[in-house]
Amino acid sequence: MKTPVVLVTGFLGSGKTTLIARLLAHPELGETAVIVNELGEVGIDHHLLRRVDERTVLLANGCVCCTLRDDLATELRDLLDRRDAGEIPHFSRVVVETTGIADPTPIVNTLLADPLVPHHYELQTVVATVDGQHGLAGDEAVKQVAAADTLVLTKPDLAASAALDQLEGRLERINPTAPVLRVVHGDVDPATLLEHHADPRLPGRAAPAREPAHGHGESAVAAIALELDASVDWIAFGVWLTMLLQARGADVLRVKGLLDVGGDGPLLVNCVQHAVHPPVHLDAWPDDDHRSRLVFIGRGFTAAALEASLRSFSRLSPEG
Amino acid sequence: MCSLCGVMSKEHWAELGDGRRARVFRAAVLNRVLEHFGLSAQAWAGSQYVLRDRKGGTAVVSDLGALWVEAERLHGAPLDPLAADLLAALES
Repeated sequence: MKTPVVLVTGFLGSGKTTLIARLLAHPELGETAVIVNELGEVGIDHHLLRRVDERTVLLANGCVCCTLRDDLATELRDLLDRRDAGEIPHFSRVVVETTGIADPTPIVNTLLADPLVPHHYELQTVVATVDGQHGLAGDEAVKQVAAADTLVLTKPDLAASAALDQLEGRLERINPTAPVLRVVHGDVDPATLLEHHADPRLPGRAAPAREPAHGHGESAVAAIALELDASVDWIAFGVWLTMLLQARGADVLRVKGLLDVGGDGPLLVNCVQHAVHPPVHLDAWPDDDHRSRLVFIGRGFTAAALEASLRSFSRLSPEG
Repeated sequence: MCSLCGVMSKEHWAELGDGRRARVFRAAVLNRVLEHFGLSAQAWAGSQYVLRDRKGGTAVVSDLGALWVEAERLHGAPLDPLAADLLAALES
């Protein structure tokens, strides 16, 4: 059985470490290995059981906490080796904290496309913290929001209500597939964060625009929704999406959706830029609407162009 | 595990569980698209494809993802699936 990995991303000072420290205090998050950038940042002193070496500590609830020494793939393999050798306790989940200024895509890609890591680990969910007081800062923060399965709006107690509503609206426009949770001091039910990994919910709350906003950089990023009446030919879709991600990978920050490929349930498609989760067949549709629906988060393309192109490709299949 | 190189291999997401029929169909779709850029693809052993241009350039690629990287190199520019001229050619 693969070990689930929870990725926590978010800009500098947005509350990642506070969130992780509070999560680790929950008994149900025992047997977790946490990979952080700096041990001191996590505020684990009062949870500390003992120090294993200069970069690893054991927490009183059975969690292991270690700093990222090398690249993530090496660290994940090392964790397994040390667990199997009995150097650290058993763990059944890994939480990875990204650096605040980083685009999380390379980490997602390591978890999905490394030659070895996906044989042992499974990306369960991506959580992004957003500073409720200071909002989004720059392109990297927008990429973090786009990559998220759940958004945690931190410090809501320090922000004006109107400003918070405005920020939440902006988050929903960038990534309508991710629920937004307002969380004070990291106080959130772990299950609420971790159970969204398979949530096939797609646009609904805030209907994404059919056309992206004009502009450059961060301001041009928008979510676009496609709904297709006819079933989608999977082979043609695979050719189309791989081609799209190669040609426009830098501008396609996220693709998430449910595809009607002719079976009883839909196929769940989930990409973070060029990092693509293995598609998952769901047993049933989440509601009575059985049309294919896809959300594209990015810039430089329109719903009409995406739809026309996908339809043209679908007609190419010998079965289409 | 690849029996030749001993390296753990991973199926491309678009080709998971592919049978021969799916590979033949995919090659047909690919060739309709690649034709517009002066390229062609032939399904090869395993999940590989042989990619060719009209000047004799050839590349063997491991899967569908790698195919577009190499096609872009052979063509000398990105192959954009949203380009109007490509879509017009596909409809003709």
